Amino acid sequence: MSPSELSPSELSPSELSQVRPSAGRHTLALFKSELHLVFGRARTWVLLAVLAAVPVMIGVAIRLSGSEGDAEGFLGQVAGNGLFLIVASLAISLPFFLPTAVTVVSGESLAGESSLGTFRNLLTAPAGRSRLLAAKMVALAVFCLAATMVIWLSGLIAGVALFPVGDVLLLSGTTVSLADGLVRALGIAVLIALSMLGLAGIGLFVSSLTSTPLAAMAATFGAFIVSGILGAIPQIDVIHPWLLIYGWPSFADLLRDPPYWDAIGRNLLLQGAYLAVFYAAAWARITSRDING
Amino acid sequence: MASPSSPPVVTRGLTKRFRGGQVAVDAVDLEVPAGSVFGFLGPNGSGKTTTIRMMLGLISPTAGSVELLGESMPKAQLRVLPRVGALVEGPAFYPFWTGQANLLRFDAADRTADPRTRKARAGQALERVGLSNAANKKVRAYSLGMRQRLAIAVALMQRRELLVLDEPTNGLDPQGTREVRHLIQELASDGTTIFTSTHLLAEVEQVCTHAAVMSRGRLVRQSTVAELRSELRPRLVVRTPDVGQAAETLKSLGVTDLKTTAETVEGDAGELPIDKFAAALVAADVRIHGFGLERPSLEDAFVALTGEGFDVAE
Repeated sequence: MSPSELSPSELSPSELSQVRPSAGRHTLALFKSELHLVFGRARTWVLLAVLAAVPVMIGVAIRLSGSEGDAEGFLGQVAGNGLFLIVASLAISLPFFLPTAVTVVSGESLAGESSLGTFRNLLTAPAGRSRLLAAKMVALAVFCLAATMVIWLSGLIAGVALFPVGDVLLLSGTTVSLADGLVRALGIAVLIALSMLGLAGIGLFVSSLTSTPLAAMAATFGAFIVSGILGAIPQIDVIHPWLLIYGWPSFADLLRDPPYWDAIGRNLLLQGAYLAVFYAAAWARITSRDING
Repeated sequence: MASPSSPPVVTRGLTKRFRGGQVAVDAVDLEVPAGSVFGFLGPNGSGKTTTIRMMLGLISPTAGSVELLGESMPKAQLRVLPRVGALVEGPAFYPFWTGQANLLRFDAADRTADPRTRKARAGQALERVGLSNAANKKVRAYSLGMRQRLAIAVALMQRRELLVLDEPTNGLDPQGTREVRHLIQELASDGTTIFTSTHLLAEVEQVCTHAAVMSRGRLVRQSTVAELRSELRPRLVVRTPDVGQAAETLKSLGVTDLKTTAETVEGDAGELPIDKFAAALVAADVRIHGFGLERPSLEDAFVALTGEGFDVAE
């Protein structure tokens, strides 16, 4: 570093030392940066690529087997109408692939910063602990939506490419137009994304407790598995309506005419409650925690 | 906002007791004068980094208070920290991102930072620390020295009133150390107050105007470097194989605080006429290999203050 190298090339020192804009003017910059952090990683794209592969795999399998109408439910209708590939793929991703992806990203969120030590850089920037947590949660929600949208889009492309598409026969027996069917499938993708928010909230909280991302992921996934096990024990069916995954299948009610909103609304409320409780716990933890990492 | 002359860092009775009862920082009263280059010294494990973490609001004190740029921490951290550049306990980055992307991320976390100048400021900061050529390399591929420079670049993304640098030359080669020293001097000449912890005493002697010494969580000394040095009285050192005889002779001549090793005798000659001592020693049949006054180094002062050497492990 010779003196000439030290002289600024683009901005003069007086420009650099200008009075800063008032606090709060660039609040959203951190949120954008957070999205960049989630979506700028190879890992995220691997997760999304796996999800995008689900409709392709299902579609190719059904196409190759050539069987029509043997299978039950949405899968059985795919060969007749490619649009059902979207719904079938979302339904098949719901119990395992999607929760796994959400677990990985949410477990990483705060524990990843702790393990890298970047937490201290963010806090001395200063990001503000509450704002950092909010940015993490928003990025998580965007990831949940991106995950189901990827399936929707991949399902649409594979469905159109592999099968005939046409008017959609709903569960209630009525037939709606292709456009109506597409919008309903989009609605299902959004509903399933919202169904992931409870788990995302748990992941965020667990992630605030540790500086080991893998431990946070394992614990979050453990909570999800426990919810599944409890849901499978009929003797304790009184608690079933309160389990994280209880309302997940309610998305299918969107395929009725008119849609049954009861179960959908209940599920969204429950997800909101899980999110509120665990977000609050994460906030309490993160605003009081000593950052030693 | 503080007036320019008020001390940028003031701690009062700052204490941190960790769970389990270990007192890492014990009632520390620091006062860093505006415009100073303040060397924060102490062996490893003496509580320097814990003090710095409390100063920046990363951990909360068990007792006591911190004022940064005239405002109370951590309450005012969102107002104060944009004016403070910090490097705490070694460099920490996203290894899967480039050096530049890392700078942009930490700058974006500061809501007072202007997004329009962000890239230009990152470029300048990288240039100042000599990393322009590595700006688009992933941090994973950086050496420790390069990461250390990048960490300094984070602190230089904005013009700061105070820089808090925890071991800024850690991991740097001698050339890098020299560059950082120049950088500190240059920033200080612009009026930035610099608070730097270090275990390299040569650094303190060369760049610092003030120094504080920590030992086992306590602040044992705080003064200007000039004052510290002036207190180090020159000592009379005699190199001889006949240490016993030499010590006795010097004692009879009035030399105090005598210390002997296998080959030397040293002591405080005060204002005594030492030019006569050589003759007296020769007359006492002491063989003299060396004779003279030696000014102790800051390191000796440090050892005297902390009772231990510098690189003592925790």
